[in-house]
Amino acid sequence: MPPSDRPLTAMIDPAAGPPDCAAYERGGGWQATRKVIGTLAPADVIDIVTRSKLRGRGGAGFGTGQKWSFVPREPASARRKYLIANADEMEPGTFKDRWLMEGNPLQLVEGMIIAAYAVQAGHGIIFLRGEYHLACARLQQAIGEARRQGWLGDNILGSGFGFDIHVHSSAGRYICGEETALLTALEGRRATPRSKPPFPQTGGLWGAPSVVNNVETLSNLPHIITNGAEWFLALGRGEDGGTKIYGVSGRVRRPGAWELPMGTPLRQIIEECAGGMRPGYGLRALLPGGASTAFVDTTALDVPMDYGAMEKAGSRLGTGMAIILDDRTCPVGMLHNLEHFFAQESCGWCTPCRDGLPWVERLLAAIEAGTGTHEDIEQLGRHTRMLGPPGRTFCAHAPGAMAPLASGLKLFARDFAAHIAQGRCPLRHAA
Amino acid sequence: MSTADPLPAALRADIVALAGAELHPRGAAVSALRLVQEHFRWISTAHLHEVADLLGMSADDLDGVATYFNLLFRRPVGRHVIMLCDSVSCWMMGRDPLCAHLCRTLGIQPGETTADDAITLLPTVCIGHCDHAPAMLVDDALHGDVDTTTLDRLIAALKEQP
Ligand SMILES: Cc1cc2nc3c(=O)[nH]c(=O)nc-3n(C[C@H](O)[C@H](O)[C@H](O)COP(=O)(O)O)c2cc1C
Ligand code: SF4
Ligand code: FES
Repeated sequence: MPPSDRPLTAMIDPAAGPPDCAAYERGGGWQATRKVIGTLAPADVIDIVTRSKLRGRGGAGFGTGQKWSFVPREPASARRKYLIANADEMEPGTFKDRWLMEGNPLQLVEGMIIAAYAVQAGHGIIFLRGEYHLACARLQQAIGEARRQGWLGDNILGSGFGFDIHVHSSAGRYICGEETALLTALEGRRATPRSKPPFPQTGGLWGAPSVVNNVETLSNLPHIITNGAEWFLALGRGEDGGTKIYGVSGRVRRPGAWELPMGTPLRQIIEECAGGMRPGYGLRALLPGGASTAFVDTTALDVPMDYGAMEKAGSRLGTGMAIILDDRTCPVGMLHNLEHFFAQESCGWCTPCRDGLPWVERLLAAIEAGTGTHEDIEQLGRHTRMLGPPGRTFCAHAPGAMAPLASGLKLFARDFAAHIAQGRCPLRHAA
Repeated sequence: MSTADPLPAALRADIVALAGAELHPRGAAVSALRLVQEHFRWISTAHLHEVADLLGMSADDLDGVATYFNLLFRRPVGRHVIMLCDSVSCWMMGRDPLCAHLCRTLGIQPGETTADDAITLLPTVCIGHCDHAPAMLVDDALHGDVDTTTLDRLIAALKEQP
């Protein structure tokens, strides 16, 4: 069977449900586990993944092989080590990990086995957002079946390597997706981020070496091991290898998600996959990679959606899930909605974020309602500098919250001015 | 199953087992609270104290956790919980008029429960169904592309369920 050019989703069939162990194997599954456990040393696995240039799909884009290389190399028995799948997925506009877990949970399980073997972790945890009930049921089913068939447990394929997974259903808090807050949450505390160092790879869950990787990142691993680093690199269109799950929501004809070569330009995603804008609506701007990325306008449509190019265009790849602002929706209202979310989800640990974000939200509410002033716009600008990058706060929540706002203040300056001049929302008034 | 009753023995046993599977018992805090909530629909102070004892945590400490998470309810809720997505894609696709319709139909505001104890309405952040915005979670099930017609049908069905 030739390797698929959309490996992550090749076995996903919503009508049939997720594959069981046998169907997974027929589709090419478990080859990677056999290869890794039978023939490769942990360092070889890290080497292959490093050469594939796989970068984290959770938003920050850190090199996966490099991340693993910071884990101390002692064998699993010498020290407890953890491999954690970050399945918190609470970034507004983002629904790719749910699709992967519901569609092919065994692919995530196998990815976790490979990652665990590479860093010699004996304990796996899927940190799943609490609202994903179907994904939870399917993951439990997949883990149970894999365990019964010997893919998980004390002595996988008779190799002496032991690894098992349990699902931790979280209870809804965006900040738990931040990898150190996630560890705090798993320790049964209020989920506040931790200072780094120590990095999770050396001092993570209960002080033990821990690796936190995104669901999409981990789901790539079986294919990289089976087909090789060069194959993976060649799948991408530019510098970065592999495919990416891209998605679009908003007033397009067919909102959804698609697996495409890494580096596919936005225009192709929006026009070919999502079918373009709905009749009567124009494309005004978009958040290319979820709520915590900066707005780009139509001049960025031909920029490849990868880490480097999106950064050059003034935004970020983020989760790769684009949110479209159409020309009949008020950008001030949209920003108000976004900052309401960020203010609500601040963990409250640092004062600028805890107090600054609600302040920003109130200013935006006033401008949206037509009672704002020019001074309010200046205040908003000051906040983007205070809370934004390089980051004067404990974690990237506050800078993430400022990304849409700082770019929006520039891109939608005329809309802000019109709200103040007219004392009302021009769009809502026209409607 | 009144919330005045202590935790049933089987539930206590489940919590002890969860705690035993963790490196430290408090690692089971969120899972244990979720179990209590599945049973009683919410987490009363008496139950919170019982769980704290089982996990060897102070009740204040555990309450700090219970009040931190959006999905843990420290106040009673109705037999069914509707969580309407408040986030950006759903907002753009008509979440606000839908919420207004829902409030009118049920005669309550977000955060409240209907007088017959059937339905509690809560806002939520993005539930990962943005391609089918506006979306909502009704108990454990996702519903997408919701409009007033589908909403009315759904509420009628919920009201009839025990
Ligand atoms: C506020 C905040 C929320 C985050 N939420 C998520 C999330 O839901 N899922 C995720 O995989 N990463 C999330 N991240 C990124 C993680 O901190 C971390 O970088 C990622 O899980 C690492 O995995 P990767 O290297 O495979 O991308 C978030 C980061 C921040 C600052
Ligand atoms: S930046 Fe915000 S979310 Fe991050 S630690 Fe500080 S208060 Fe918490
Ligand atoms: S924005 Fe409503 S489900 Fe994502």
